[in-house]
Amino acid sequence: MFELYLSLFIKAVFVENMALAFFLGMCTFLAVSKKVQSAIGLGVAVVVVLTITVPVNNLILNYLLKGGALTWTGIEGAENIDLTFLGLLSYIGVIAAIVQILEMVLDKFVPALYNALGVYLPLITVNCAIMGASLFMVQRDYAFGESVIYGAGAGIGWALAITALAGIRERLKYSDVPAGLQGLGITFLTVGLMSLGFMSFSGVQL
Amino acid sequence: MAADTPTGLLTTPVFRNNPITLQILGICSALAVTNSMQTSLVMGLAVIAVTAFSSFFVSLIRQHIPSSIRIIVQMTIIASLVIVVDQLLRAYAYDLSKQLSVFVGLIITNCIVMGRAEAYAMQNGPGLSFLDGVGNGLGYSLILLVVGFVRELFGSGSIFGYTVFASIKDGGWYMTNGLMLLPPSAFFVIGLLIWAMRSISPEQVEKAEYKITANTKAQEAV
Repeated sequence: MFELYLSLFIKAVFVENMALAFFLGMCTFLAVSKKVQSAIGLGVAVVVVLTITVPVNNLILNYLLKGGALTWTGIEGAENIDLTFLGLLSYIGVIAAIVQILEMVLDKFVPALYNALGVYLPLITVNCAIMGASLFMVQRDYAFGESVIYGAGAGIGWALAITALAGIRERLKYSDVPAGLQGLGITFLTVGLMSLGFMSFSGVQL
Repeated sequence: MAADTPTGLLTTPVFRNNPITLQILGICSALAVTNSMQTSLVMGLAVIAVTAFSSFFVSLIRQHIPSSIRIIVQMTIIASLVIVVDQLLRAYAYDLSKQLSVFVGLIITNCIVMGRAEAYAMQNGPGLSFLDGVGNGLGYSLILLVVGFVRELFGSGSIFGYTVFASIKDGGWYMTNGLMLLPPSAFFVIGLLIWAMRSISPEQVEKAEYKITANTKAQEAV
């Protein structure tokens, strides 16, 4: 059991890195990676939100949406109801709601953390990495335990990638880049090289 | 900017104000589907449809949306449209929808759709918003198709599945470049594409954060 979780975790962090192998969360990945400080802040926020939303969406899928999932309500004919097509709408709603609640809870009980993460939380609702992880969880049919591990792993992988990119970009701004490549262009090439590096994990198996 | 005429709305986002290369929007779902022309085309069409109709519907009810909950209203409209597209693909092109996997669903979080709804459709009439959506969708599809063209041509020697360069595997002369089918090449191709577009229209070039002084003492260094 432990081995299964460990290999799933390693796979989510390195082999199937959200940002570098699936291109998810690219908008924020490119926009908020100019400084290591803010990259770490956003990275931590993503880890927190992913670790909560993926398991919650897993529960929503298994107890509300899947074919026959409503049997527990005891309503007659509930076992024939299949609401899977509402999936996309529910997941994005759940994500938006959780981000909002998290923001309120942090503001009330942990103001220090709220001040550090607050500005990044609204950005996260439209971050494809969050939605993507939930969709991958559905596609691969993870059980509840696996979905917790997968959510955390995917988040950590994304945070790792954005922190590394921010570190490179902090150095890169002092270099003499051709005019047309300035800014966005050179960042794309850098991410390409990083992605090439992460490809080397693809053979890793535990 | 002559963007208020219908033709302006359609063409400006394609070349002069491209959502991907200039506004850095919607890259998330753009890269993963570009390893063949066919998936790029389908993805492009899906995004055009969703952007155009979501802008249209948001614009229709823009007077009635309270501004405090506008994001969630826009999100619901977009998500419903994406569900329609997803179900259509599953019904009529099941293999393609398998290849696109989660990326159809990710159109919801595509910043282009949301960005157009928020920036244009909330202020303008339904007809113009529709055209604006189509224009931005076209700009997005154009980049997708160009990247898809390069990657499929050099990665598997074919275009839309038809062989152009006969590969060595099939007794031809072309040694396929496997890297082109892997994720890193998408970054390289888009990076170079941005370079090309900015060389053509230099006003799009970003300012450097630091100016590098020219090396005037080259002789001493030798």
